[in-house]
Amino acid sequence: MDRTTIDLWVGVFVALGVAALLGLAMKVGNLTTANIGETYTVTANFENIGGLKPRAPVKSAGVVVGRVAGITFDSATYEAVVSLNIDKRYAFPKDTFANIYTAGLLGEQYVGLEAGGDDVQLANGDKITQTQDAVVLEKMISQFLYNKASESTDDKSKASSESTKSEEDTLGASPLDKIGKSSADKAEK
Amino acid sequence: MTPNIVEIDNLSFGYKGRMLHQGINMVFPRGKVTAIMGGSGSGKTTLLRLIGGQIKPTKGQVRVDGDVVHQQDRTGIYRIRRKMGMLFQQGALFTDLSVFENVAFPMREHTDLPESMIRDLVLMKLNAVGLRGAHQLMPTELSGGMARRVALARAIALDPSIIMYDEPFAGLDPISMGVICHLIRTLNDALGATSIIVTHDVEETFRFADYIYFVANGVVAAEGTPDELRNSNLPFVHQFVYGEKDGPVPFHYAADDYARSLLEHKA
Amino acid sequence: MIKSGLLIGLIRVFRNIGHRFVDGIWRLGAGMRLFWLTLTSSGESFRRFHLTIREIYFTGVMSLIIILVSAFFVGMVLGLQGYHTLQRYGSSEAIGVLVALALVRELGPVVTALLFAGRAGTAITAEIGLMKATEQLSAMEMMAVNPIARVIAPRFWAGVIAMPILATLFSMVGVLGGYLVAVPVIGVDAGAFWSQMQANVDWQHDILNGVIKSMVFGVACTMIALFEGYDAPPTAEGVSHATTRTVVTSSLAILGLDFILTSFMINV
Repeated sequence: MDRTTIDLWVGVFVALGVAALLGLAMKVGNLTTANIGETYTVTANFENIGGLKPRAPVKSAGVVVGRVAGITFDSATYEAVVSLNIDKRYAFPKDTFANIYTAGLLGEQYVGLEAGGDDVQLANGDKITQTQDAVVLEKMISQFLYNKASESTDDKSKASSESTKSEEDTLGASPLDKIGKSSADKAEK
Repeated sequence: MTPNIVEIDNLSFGYKGRMLHQGINMVFPRGKVTAIMGGSGSGKTTLLRLIGGQIKPTKGQVRVDGDVVHQQDRTGIYRIRRKMGMLFQQGALFTDLSVFENVAFPMREHTDLPESMIRDLVLMKLNAVGLRGAHQLMPTELSGGMARRVALARAIALDPSIIMYDEPFAGLDPISMGVICHLIRTLNDALGATSIIVTHDVEETFRFADYIYFVANGVVAAEGTPDELRNSNLPFVHQFVYGEKDGPVPFHYAADDYARSLLEHKA
Repeated sequence: MIKSGLLIGLIRVFRNIGHRFVDGIWRLGAGMRLFWLTLTSSGESFRRFHLTIREIYFTGVMSLIIILVSAFFVGMVLGLQGYHTLQRYGSSEAIGVLVALALVRELGPVVTALLFAGRAGTAITAEIGLMKATEQLSAMEMMAVNPIARVIAPRFWAGVIAMPILATLFSMVGVLGGYLVAVPVIGVDAGAFWSQMQANVDWQHDILNGVIKSMVFGVACTMIALFEGYDAPPTAEGVSHATTRTVVTSSLAILGLDFILTSFMINV
């Protein structure tokens, strides 16, 4: 085999490899979308982040506006400190609300931003004060079971005429409501 | 400049406790064709490998041009080997290169000669072995004798001062054998080189060698010019030269008494 | 009598285990030594890079057909199987993600390496083994040419370079195969196929990690093939045994390394 023929084939081979890598990066991977270019970083404290992972998307109104840069634990407040890299093109008011949501029933968790009404906008290094924790399924279930149990003991001890009231009580202490309350408390702080 | 280009001094070598050589002394004078003869398995080829520095002696030393081979580092050994050309038993041509490229190989590796000069030199070497017309063939297309001649051309590519031949006649027809014989002698004299031939081919070797060493049982059993050896009274040399079945070298490998081992088996 | 027979049998078993163990350690050490010699002689072979290019041709270009055809079929099978599973959960658009992640992270590097071991690895072992058996390596040494720099190192680097290229091509062609099954044949929306894929395949953590994997496989596969050839007894039987061992050892090494690398990459 001639050396020039070999050179030609190897050249084609390497070029194909580079083309395939570019193809993977552009067409299959997120190199085009992942490089959101310039970002600014804000932090948010959560009491519980559930299964949130670094590099999870940050979405607002369903649009990816950034990514979770890192998660650390603050041993002074016993809270999780989540830093978010947000695209410079998108600005958010200072009183923006950060929630941890789950995509679908068992999907991955992401941070959702809900814009507030403040005139001042978040800048690099700012902290989002209003947050809502992740919904932890086990907590919800155990609370639900606990309430059910207390409901049945209530049934035994109390008269049947009061049963409608006790049902209201248990509903009032439903976990979802409790979460809403706790975050509202936090917001007040 | 020492008169002997290669000197072997009280050399011992063995694998795993079994000694192959036990104190061998040999000298190879410049410009001469010296043959090392001995039965199969007497460690003749190993001697060549010891001279080339591919293995280290257990005891004693080999000196090439005054340098002790086994004490050299890699660059030293490579420097010594550049003075050597070796013809391997089956030629050992590079099967992925053509005849031309095989002969050009040492030149390309060790010199920066321009392509045109390499071409001239290769064709010259091939012409010396009578295979200039075959330079485009691949080694697989050559007969055994031709392959060996190409390998010889490759061995002399850089005009070595020592040419070593490992069983150059094994498996060749009489005509090819005659050709190789002729080539060894003429190349030795034309290049002013020293030839070391390892062989068990009595007739051919006695015809052109200047000096012959017989190796048996790990020592030099006999040495001398072909005429001296032909008239030697040593029983071993006599047996070897005239190819007798039994003699000092027994027909049977060392074993128990034949009759007894048969009887034992029955019982 | 039976007792002593049992004892002898046991002793034989342990002796066998011991022998294999010692032999394995010895081979590992000898392989590492060859690896080290190859690395240290690489400078010499880089100066004459056309030797490596020649070997890239024989290991890389000549393996293209088998790699590309296998990739295409693997991609199509992934598309079919993935669709049947995903549609039960009503998320058949995720098929693009499934095909791409499976290929880029695992199947691309691993299957390429396995095919490489069978196609190029055996060829390398047989070639080196025969070069040794026919004294070509000895002849090189006697010509004051280092066979490790001239023969081993170019093949090593050719394997290390060719493997990631082949694995990348495998992944790309596999994705195309999956696309062909999912979009025109099954009728998944093309936009959803690509956009879901792009949203979930990460350039660094999926694609680059896959390439790193295939580079490690390239080093392991080529080195095993070279060592088995270099270490083969110079007989027909020896070379054939060495070729078999190349396939077995390479395959085990690839799968073992894949587990180790994956566990590192997922933790990070």
